[in-house]
Amino acid sequence: MTAFEAGAGYGGQNRGGGAGITFGGGSEPLVSHADGTLASRRIIVGYGFWIFLLSDIVMFSAFFATYAVLSGETAGGPSGKDLFNLTNVAIETACLLISSFTCGIATIGARARQALMYYGGMAATFVFGAGFLFIEIHEFVGMIAQGAGPSRSAFLSAFFTLVGCHGVHVTLGLLWLLTMVAQVFAKGYRPDILRRVLCFGLFWHTLDIIWVAIFTVVYLLGAG
Amino acid sequence: MSQTDQEAILDHGDAAPGDEPAGRHEVVEGVLGYLVGLFLAAFITAVAFFIAGTNLVWGPSIPLALVVLAIAQIGVHLVFFIHITTGPDNANNVLALAFGVLIVMLILVGSLWIMTTLSQNMAPMGM
Repeated sequence: MTAFEAGAGYGGQNRGGGAGITFGGGSEPLVSHADGTLASRRIIVGYGFWIFLLSDIVMFSAFFATYAVLSGETAGGPSGKDLFNLTNVAIETACLLISSFTCGIATIGARARQALMYYGGMAATFVFGAGFLFIEIHEFVGMIAQGAGPSRSAFLSAFFTLVGCHGVHVTLGLLWLLTMVAQVFAKGYRPDILRRVLCFGLFWHTLDIIWVAIFTVVYLLGAG
Repeated sequence: MSQTDQEAILDHGDAAPGDEPAGRHEVVEGVLGYLVGLFLAAFITAVAFFIAGTNLVWGPSIPLALVVLAIAQIGVHLVFFIHITTGPDNANNVLALAFGVLIVMLILVGSLWIMTTLSQNMAPMGM
């Protein structure tokens, strides 16, 4: 057995070794450490995207803080109580929650290479995501039509910034979803494509988490 | 060393955020996990919408109840949809999340604290 082979055999057990130096063993060649202790690309990509999503959440928290500070500043205009329709919000919430579930199904389908689960899950995710977006745009257009646009008051500026920013994220997510469907269709379940599916799933689930905060802070607390 | 341990070590003892823990790649098991998450999240959402419009509970307690329900639901999403766990393979993911939560809390609590104190110290605008 050459030193390289011995290293490959031991490499996996080197977890927790940090720098890859084993005290006590001593006979392992250096090459095994790079082999055995570097995380797989799936973990590196997923972790990096997770950090991006957390920074996105930090950005949203600034919009939430702005909204919370300004939510009472209606400048004599309509307040949340006058504008919000909780039935619509409940339907939007249901749409996004179900799409988060179907997105999970699609993720499982991609890893298991089950075409029906993947394409079916992605199609359902798109339908419910687009349904959410349709209701939200309808709500925005209605508000602007009755003179409650973003320029009406500080409250409405903060409202459209926060909820609109989430809506923009959903729109981009839908475009990304279509891209992932096309990429899997054209290139198959390659590891690099599966990494992108993983990131898309994380992105979509995170949008739902932000929506939980929005329907609580903006709509339920605002209408109550 | 068991088969599951071997698989975990092939992944170098870490799991990507969003991935199921090592050794849990069964389709049925995965779908069941998402179903449990969907059920729990739908239940908490229904309770939140019910509480927001009810007269059954003491009024001033409603905002606090809604915030608690939202935090609970975010926890459900993190565990059942993003698969953040307390296991050693998730230590890095949890630490990143903890740092994000720290910054979010600083921004939210800090802004609200400063701005409410500021309003109290301002002269009335004479509306």
